[in-house]
Amino acid sequence: MSYLEYNLASVPVGFRKILALNWPIIFLLTAISGVGFVMLYSVSGGVIERWSQPQMQRFFIGMIGLLVVAMVPIWFWRNMSFLAYSIAVLFLVAVEFVGVAGMGAQRWLDLGFIRLQPSEIMKIGLVLVLAAYYDWLPLERTSRPLWVLFPIILILIPVFLVLRQPDLGTALLLIMGGGAIMFLAGVHWAYFATVIGSSFGVIVVVFQSRDTAWQLLKNYQYTRIDTFLDPDRDPLGAGYHITQAKIALGSGGWTGRGFMQGTQSQLNFLPEKHTDFIFTTLSEEFGFIGSISLLGLYTLVVVFCITSAFGNKDRFSALLTLGIGITFFLFFAVNIAMVTGLAPVVGVPLPLVSYGGSAMLIILLGFGLMQSAHVHRPRPKQK
Amino acid sequence: MKHNINEILKSSQQLSRRTLLVAGFQIGIIAALGARMRFLQVKEAEKYRLLAEENRINVRLLPPARGIMFDREGRAIAENVPNYRVIMVREDTSDVEAVLSKLQQLIFIEPKDLEKARKELGQRSAFVPVTITQNITWEDFAKVAANSPALPGILTEVGLSRTYPQKENLAHVIGYVGPVSDYYLDRTKDPDPLLQIPRFQVGKTGVEAQMEQSLRGSAGHQRIEVNAVGRVMRELERTEGEQGATIKLTINSKIQNFVLARMDGLSASAVVIDCESGDLLAVGSSPSFDPNLFVRGISTDDYSGLRNDIFGPLRAKAVQGTYAPASTFKMMTALAALEDGVLSAEDTFFCPGHFEVSNNRFHCWKRRGHGTMNVADSIIQSCDVFFYEVGQKVGIDKISAMARRFGLGEHHNLPLSAVSRGVAPTREWKKKSFGKSWLLGDTVNASIGQGYVLASPLQLAVMAARLGTGRALQPRLIQSINDEQMPLGAGAPLDVDPEHLAIVQKAMFGVSNSKVGTAFSKRIISQDLRMSGKTGTAQVRRITAEERATGVIRNEDLPWEKRDHALFVDYAPHDNPKVAVAVVVEHGGGGSSVAAPIARDITLFALTGKMPDLDHYPAGVRKKIRSDQKNLAPKLIDWNSVSTSGQSKT
Repeated sequence: MSYLEYNLASVPVGFRKILALNWPIIFLLTAISGVGFVMLYSVSGGVIERWSQPQMQRFFIGMIGLLVVAMVPIWFWRNMSFLAYSIAVLFLVAVEFVGVAGMGAQRWLDLGFIRLQPSEIMKIGLVLVLAAYYDWLPLERTSRPLWVLFPIILILIPVFLVLRQPDLGTALLLIMGGGAIMFLAGVHWAYFATVIGSSFGVIVVVFQSRDTAWQLLKNYQYTRIDTFLDPDRDPLGAGYHITQAKIALGSGGWTGRGFMQGTQSQLNFLPEKHTDFIFTTLSEEFGFIGSISLLGLYTLVVVFCITSAFGNKDRFSALLTLGIGITFFLFFAVNIAMVTGLAPVVGVPLPLVSYGGSAMLIILLGFGLMQSAHVHRPRPKQK
Repeated sequence: MKHNINEILKSSQQLSRRTLLVAGFQIGIIAALGARMRFLQVKEAEKYRLLAEENRINVRLLPPARGIMFDREGRAIAENVPNYRVIMVREDTSDVEAVLSKLQQLIFIEPKDLEKARKELGQRSAFVPVTITQNITWEDFAKVAANSPALPGILTEVGLSRTYPQKENLAHVIGYVGPVSDYYLDRTKDPDPLLQIPRFQVGKTGVEAQMEQSLRGSAGHQRIEVNAVGRVMRELERTEGEQGATIKLTINSKIQNFVLARMDGLSASAVVIDCESGDLLAVGSSPSFDPNLFVRGISTDDYSGLRNDIFGPLRAKAVQGTYAPASTFKMMTALAALEDGVLSAEDTFFCPGHFEVSNNRFHCWKRRGHGTMNVADSIIQSCDVFFYEVGQKVGIDKISAMARRFGLGEHHNLPLSAVSRGVAPTREWKKKSFGKSWLLGDTVNASIGQGYVLASPLQLAVMAARLGTGRALQPRLIQSINDEQMPLGAGAPLDVDPEHLAIVQKAMFGVSNSKVGTAFSKRIISQDLRMSGKTGTAQVRRITAEERATGVIRNEDLPWEKRDHALFVDYAPHDNPKVAVAVVVEHGGGGSSVAAPIARDITLFALTGKMPDLDHYPAGVRKKIRSDQKNLAPKLIDWNSVSTSGQSKT
């Protein structure tokens, strides 16, 4: 259902929109980011200028962006969806040629005033374009093969580009996020069963291709999977990350070792302690209570997204809200699974907490879209 | 798009259904993550806490100070002196080269050291201190320390390094220390973790090596917190190690010094034993070397110089070298024959200058022969033919059994490297060692200390001491360890008939004090210091019949390595022995002309404790002695430069 057929009289206008924002989500995002500031302060050894302060500045800019995006009517964003997706694809192609290498992979695009991670933009771009597509597509065509193939292509173009960087983590997030939206939109069960079934086949093929001329993954990705399956295989080399992360997590115990008292992070045993592995520092210093609380905050964000989607009769808005929620969920779930040794180390940051400008801005802008959908949701006609 | 209301409802319903499914899936995942956290942080917390501590805490060993050594009068022999070092930490400076060149303007640095340091600076992590130069003078050290603000990254450090203040004097006795070798580590069962410290110093030879366990001390340790790259963050706990034991040797370094100075320029060795306690007062081998060279790391040139010297400065000849004891062995043959009864004090033999046995002719050193001799005469004049006769009658096994009672062919248990056992041959021994039967000619040779008989200067000194005292004196090198006295080596009376011993003692007195004695000209004339001795000249080459016919070539006309070894043993005072001395001069020539005067001077020095007065010498030689002493004096150590116990040198 679209606003074209809907009475708009009840949608708030002007500054009244601020009152209509989904405030709990804004509070939750602020709280999570706050945890990030505290942890970044701790891992920097008490040097606020190092990571904490830039992160706060980005959060501030991101929050303004969120509010601006939220004020703009959702139908505008719907009309921009395909354009946003196209720009994101262009960036991904551009990064192929002029990308800046970071941590052994080409991921950054230096625009002069900002260092952009196009794969981050794509996470939102893909959600937008898929939500718009299923809003536009007549319901009865949803499961027809040709109309299923089109969104699959939309998903696979960025996946292919991201894999070339190579960034396995983001590629998997895009597949899972896109797939989830297709599932929500009502694509027939059989398709998913087929895809999941054939993925297992692919995994087998990927491992078969190892050490041959047509090897599908980079060697470092294979070793990461190896050490995930058996981190003790190379405790000082490839398994070092996971081993040290688990030591940090485990040594936190119930209540943790105290703020800035975590020996694993303060003495640099933890790798990438300010980015992908920041959750381990939190766990070490604030214990099980700290880590489960952060997990609770994340869960609440997802819960509020789902509630908002339930209350939104607009198909685009609902799909978008759910898509943002799922992307957010995938971010933190994969990161936490990764640092607790449940998933391979694929390089996914902890949303809003890990140090990094692009990810924070994109997440906040994504929630800006979700807020816009919430503010401009169709309301029952007032008599 | 136009959508009818039914479609909207349908879409909404379907979305809600699928949303619930997805939400359920998400909750499942979140629950799994929560459970995983609980598992790691609550159930496994103890295990991981322990691992974190292991990560964080390193235990470092603190090497203890090595035990120090003194001589019997408390003069320092081996001590630890501050080793002033200049080190550099690369990360504390922005420009390594600039700082190094500034440092070079301040003090002189060996270009070799500098190059090594540069290389190491490039290889090690930025925070690892690298030694730029060490063993610098205190003045240089102070200069660097005073200028440290201008030298970022440069630090001064004081360590301990082993030093031997007496230098060459005791090299062969105390040996030296050096870094523990991989080869040693592979073989040793010693579990001491100190050995794992890179370049940890252990005793390599001599007392340093033999008393390693006492001298090493025990390790202290330090618990430190380190970060992931091993940088020390802080010290958590420190236990100091225990210094190694202080060892007091029986050596009198003054006597030792005189011994070495007296043998200067010769390839020789001498041992001085205290006849009351068995204490080794001096164990000298000449030429010697400076053990400090080895501690600092000897240069290839220096080392090959020592190795290639034909005088063998690295050999501790006094305990490792074995020589045919030659005529100094005759007392053994005499005592064996007296005990066996084949000889009595009055029995005489005629010496025509040679002796025939199984178609072989054995010669006396005196070509024309000594004429009629009894046992005392034959020792005094060192007649060979007499002992050929007597030795043949008594047989080798009894001669060697007697020799062993006097310590020849026996192992003296001393904390020195490669102490030789020598050889007191028996029939069985020859069969075992060479697979050949003992021949009569072998006995003839052995009876005058030639042939298979071999003894070290140490053994000869012990023999002299036992002859003089009649007791089974045991040599002793360690007087005390940490003030705990080691047992004396005075020994029980020997199992030798005192009457027989008296005959031999009297004869030895005659050697030095009778006009016909072989060492008469090297006597001591002071009544209370007169000595008893025995000369020995060990032939190292075979003299052919042709050579004998034309006249035996004189030692001076032979190449050095073919000349005879000169030997002399003595004890003094003859009636109440205080010291016993053995001197062996390799390829020195005659025992009487070369070894006896050295032994006499050493004996006098040991008895009087100072440069011998000229009064002790016969008037005829005093002039020569005076000039000899004048030449010798500068070679003696200035004892004011050597610290003594209870006084520490700065």
